[in-house]
Amino acid sequence: MGIDRSQHSQPRAPLSRQSPLRSKNSKLLAVDSWYGFLLLCASAVVLLIILAIILEIYLQSRQSMHTFGAKFLTTKEWDPVDEVFGARVFILGTIYTSLWALLLAIPLSLGTALLLADIAPALIRKPVGFLIELFAAIPSVVYGMWGILVLVPWLLQHVETPISESQRWGRFFLFDAAPNGNDFLAASVLLSIMVIPIITGIARDVIRAVPQEMREAAYALGCTKWEVIRKVVVPCAKTGIVGAVMLGLGRALGETMAVTMVIGNSPDFSLPLFSPGYTMPSVIANEFTEAPSPLYRSALMEIALILLVVAILVNGAARLMVSLTSRRFRRVIA
Amino acid sequence: MISGFRFKFRLFVRKVMNVIGLSICSLAGVLATAALCLVVGYIVKNGYQAVNWKLITQGPTPIGTEGGGLRNAIVGTLVLLAVASCIGVPLGVLAGIYQAEKAGKFAKTVRFLADVLNSVPSIVIGLFVYAVVVIPIARMHEGNGFSALAGGIALSIIMIPIIMTATEEILKMVPRRLYEGSLALGATRFTTMFRVIVPAAKAGLITGIMLAVARVAGETAPLLFTAFGNVTFSVRLDKPIDSLPLSIFYNATSPYDYLKSQAMAGSLILMMIIAVFRLSARLTTRKSKMA
Repeated sequence: MGIDRSQHSQPRAPLSRQSPLRSKNSKLLAVDSWYGFLLLCASAVVLLIILAIILEIYLQSRQSMHTFGAKFLTTKEWDPVDEVFGARVFILGTIYTSLWALLLAIPLSLGTALLLADIAPALIRKPVGFLIELFAAIPSVVYGMWGILVLVPWLLQHVETPISESQRWGRFFLFDAAPNGNDFLAASVLLSIMVIPIITGIARDVIRAVPQEMREAAYALGCTKWEVIRKVVVPCAKTGIVGAVMLGLGRALGETMAVTMVIGNSPDFSLPLFSPGYTMPSVIANEFTEAPSPLYRSALMEIALILLVVAILVNGAARLMVSLTSRRFRRVIA
Repeated sequence: MISGFRFKFRLFVRKVMNVIGLSICSLAGVLATAALCLVVGYIVKNGYQAVNWKLITQGPTPIGTEGGGLRNAIVGTLVLLAVASCIGVPLGVLAGIYQAEKAGKFAKTVRFLADVLNSVPSIVIGLFVYAVVVIPIARMHEGNGFSALAGGIALSIIMIPIIMTATEEILKMVPRRLYEGSLALGATRFTTMFRVIVPAAKAGLITGIMLAVARVAGETAPLLFTAFGNVTFSVRLDKPIDSLPLSIFYNATSPYDYLKSQAMAGSLILMMIIAVFRLSARLTTRKSKMA
């Protein structure tokens, strides 16, 4: 691992003391030790940044922790006037939109990943793979703009209004609300469009890491292409695929701008998809600069702390799963 | 023994399942690609119609008055990217070199923490920079403390782990014998790294940096509480500054049609800036492969 330097390092110093070139050598060695120190400093900065982020967000949220304690997680109220704050609405909103987004995105992205890794001819793989990469690079605020200008009006007119007007489905618990466009449905659909390229890209790489020999062995036993995929490729890549989905989840949980623009921003949580809601990142984005009191800001910081912890855990687990798959087959997944 | 008919029937079922399974995957692929093409197509089409020379060269008008443009936002984005690169590139590259040169406990800890840093939601980074940069500046000076510098710092924090990982991976691809040969000739580590290894890995390093810049160019959330946005033209680092992502956010959520079309034009310009960085990254690597 890395460029091993153990053979070349300090043991040289004593030799140079006896050498006629001593002064020159010691100057060069001084340059090297400064250089090593510089590298160490840069690494230390990376270390300090992440520790400082966690510490600072924690310190900033202490006031809210003292005031509300553990009840902060379960309190429904979010009342800036009376200064009663609880994160329940936002936590539920974040989980709810992310889960719906994954539900929509998983079949589409896994199908696409299998298509790109195993099924499609090379002629299609390359351009579609390139497109997927391109879509992953589009900023979230651009998706949000598309959501606000195109998706929200379209969903309102062609999905929400017909469903809520129909006798049969209008009272079903998921649709039992007055449709207004900016709601959980719009946020979930938009999020799913945003995470599709991420899940597809990583799942494709994981699936490609399954050795070709295993596929060939299955073909030799007389399997059809679908049987090879279902009984060999997918079971082999299972952990990595779950990791890819969790990376998508991590992205969906922390996604701020696009969700803020379409979710309706009302501190309220209810199950119907047509009701407006709020998520943890979007309440921070919307209210932090306008929060007048320290306690209000501190409550928002505590929401950020919850978000931070959840995001680190989800992403960590996801990376571990992806790397487990690649390590199993000794292939590196970029 | 399976009788002839049952065998043939099973084979038939398996073949049908094969066709169904493959079709479902293909359908998923078509749907996903179509949905994404719809987004890009809409922005390119409407953005192209909205872009004109005036839009690029004028600042915004008072709200509600037609006209105005995105000059401040475009310049602001470039300033922010420059500040972020000035801080993020040296730190990221040096930390990456450390990872490639050493393999100790400290190096492993730093790499683990860089992964953690990579998974911090960008809005939390914005809050962090607000707490450690914006508030102290506001206390020391008049004004609210929002500044281009704070925005650049926030973006650089997102860049550092990306550049660090890219640098490490590229340096590890340089053959070891180059390193050993240089040291055997009596060169110091410093000379070896910057006269031998880094030139050999230059194209890859530039690619990594370009991709990191492209990645942060569209970040909006960390700028909300740091760069803040500014209606007047400014390139000063100690003043709030406008940027394309922020102006897209505010324009798209405004009730005026002319601002919405500016948001579409802004999206197109932003995507083109990102595309330029990504394409130049690709071209750099391709050229070096040919050489």
